[in-house]
Amino acid sequence: MALIPAMTITIVCFYGFIIWTFVISLTRSRLLPVYKFTGFEQYVRLFANERWWTAMQNLAIHGFLFIGGCVVFGYFLAILIDRGVKAEGMFRTLFMLPLSMSFIVTGVIWQWVMNPGLGLQEAVRALGWTGFEFNWIVRPERSIYTLAIAGIWQQVGLCMALFLAGLRNIDPNIWKASRVDGIPVWRVYLHIITPMMRTVFFTVFILMSAIVMKAFDLVVALTGGGPGFSSDLPARFVVDHILNRQELGLGAAGAFVLLCTVIAVISPYIYFELKKERGGRGH
Amino acid sequence: MRYNRWALYGLLCLAAIMIMAPVFIMISTSLKSMDEIRNGSIFTLPADPSFAAWSKAWFGDCTQTLGEKCGGLSSSFMTSVQIVIPALFLSVGLGAVTGYSLAVWKMKGANVMFAALLVGMFIPPQVTLYPLIIMIRELGIFGSIQGLILVHVIWGVAFTTMMFRNFFKTVPQDLLKAARIDGAGFWRLFWHVMLPLSLPILGVAMILQFTYIWNDFLLGLTFGGRSGQPMTVALNNLVGSQFGEKEYNVDMAATMLTALPTLAVYLLSGRLFVRGIAAGAVKG
Repeated sequence: MALIPAMTITIVCFYGFIIWTFVISLTRSRLLPVYKFTGFEQYVRLFANERWWTAMQNLAIHGFLFIGGCVVFGYFLAILIDRGVKAEGMFRTLFMLPLSMSFIVTGVIWQWVMNPGLGLQEAVRALGWTGFEFNWIVRPERSIYTLAIAGIWQQVGLCMALFLAGLRNIDPNIWKASRVDGIPVWRVYLHIITPMMRTVFFTVFILMSAIVMKAFDLVVALTGGGPGFSSDLPARFVVDHILNRQELGLGAAGAFVLLCTVIAVISPYIYFELKKERGGRGH
Repeated sequence: MRYNRWALYGLLCLAAIMIMAPVFIMISTSLKSMDEIRNGSIFTLPADPSFAAWSKAWFGDCTQTLGEKCGGLSSSFMTSVQIVIPALFLSVGLGAVTGYSLAVWKMKGANVMFAALLVGMFIPPQVTLYPLIIMIRELGIFGSIQGLILVHVIWGVAFTTMMFRNFFKTVPQDLLKAARIDGAGFWRLFWHVMLPLSLPILGVAMILQFTYIWNDFLLGLTFGGRSGQPMTVALNNLVGSQFGEKEYNVDMAATMLTALPTLAVYLLSGRLFVRGIAAGAVKG
């Protein structure tokens, strides 16, 4: 009985609505759903749509830079903190502070910092370095990179926290043994600790991928997908076509393709989680 | 060895400065006048700090807009509060009960349901957006606070259930058996045994749900309409609006105001937030 609300939500609002969206994507719906089936016509239109491909390409670029940046910087910060520093709590708090802010807030802050006329570019030029250029946000071929900067700034603290938790689980005897053998610290991290942390790396990768696929707020607040559609992302393409452009069928097709991408990335994770669940009972 | 220590602290301080710089720039810009912003650099401190931009961001400025809307962020702040509080209690409450049922009362299909929920947490909201719009419209609560509350409960329940279920799984079986032998039924076991045990996880779930709901943008944008505009949506409109000259100090003050409630929760709850954010990250 107590399960009924949650079960209804799961079945109807998650899985039922996914099917509904898929059905809409097979129709010619524009402003309102019209249930006249046209097969995969919307998908053909979608794959012929230049803006969609820009968005998908941007997703790949942004995903690569954002996930890569979060993993590298997050791991690096975790290692620094793990070296037994004083005021560890303070550093941790500072690094995780951006996490409490929304992507809209993050986007607005960075839009201001990257403002070519009054922001960082101008500030550095005023210091005497007059040739300095940092106007990516208004350059179509560079605007996508600005997303990764703001995204990493916001999420690096989470990656750090996850890596730090992983490092704390490492058997301290490994450090004792490596000290006896005289192995330099950086080599212990690179050759011994990092391979032991592979499940943490895997988790971080999955979490960050999930964030990347849903990325909508950040691009809206930071670049508005612009200049033009140069920094558009699939999530924004979908919302724009459903809410503003009266291209419901096309938007639904985009949403479904996005879902397939998510499933492709997430399914190994779900598989391991459930396997762990089943294996965990024996212990 | 001593040089290593210096390098270590040097790097940590550098990282801390890089993370804090945008926040510092935001605060200092919000305290400057527009003349100072135009003539100075983003790194300089405000010469004559003033809260004028803050009050403009909060109360609004009726001289500049076209008479259509002149409220500042204060009205959408209230909207956000009205959304967050019920949505928070409903989604956490429902998650606690569902997680408890799944973990303790091993019903048929409990694992299938758990797997379905786990997958559900990763579904991008865009995928079910339109059907959800239709449903909320059919219920007659589109563009209202009630509609937004319902949508947040729907989107939050997978995550809260998952947290509580994983926690309740760790409760020793003997304790449950003892309670059941004493005659505790479904609800008595929940209220008198499980809920008191789960206070820490309850705190974590509340903090994270508060943060997620407050920070939400997509659902507020889609379902809020004109009357149910939460703060993030209002902020984005304010910054994006093109009337007259852009007032960066007001933009930054508005950004600070939008960020303050979650910042406060983060700083006050400290370790609980840190503990939970890892578990909650799944929802992104």
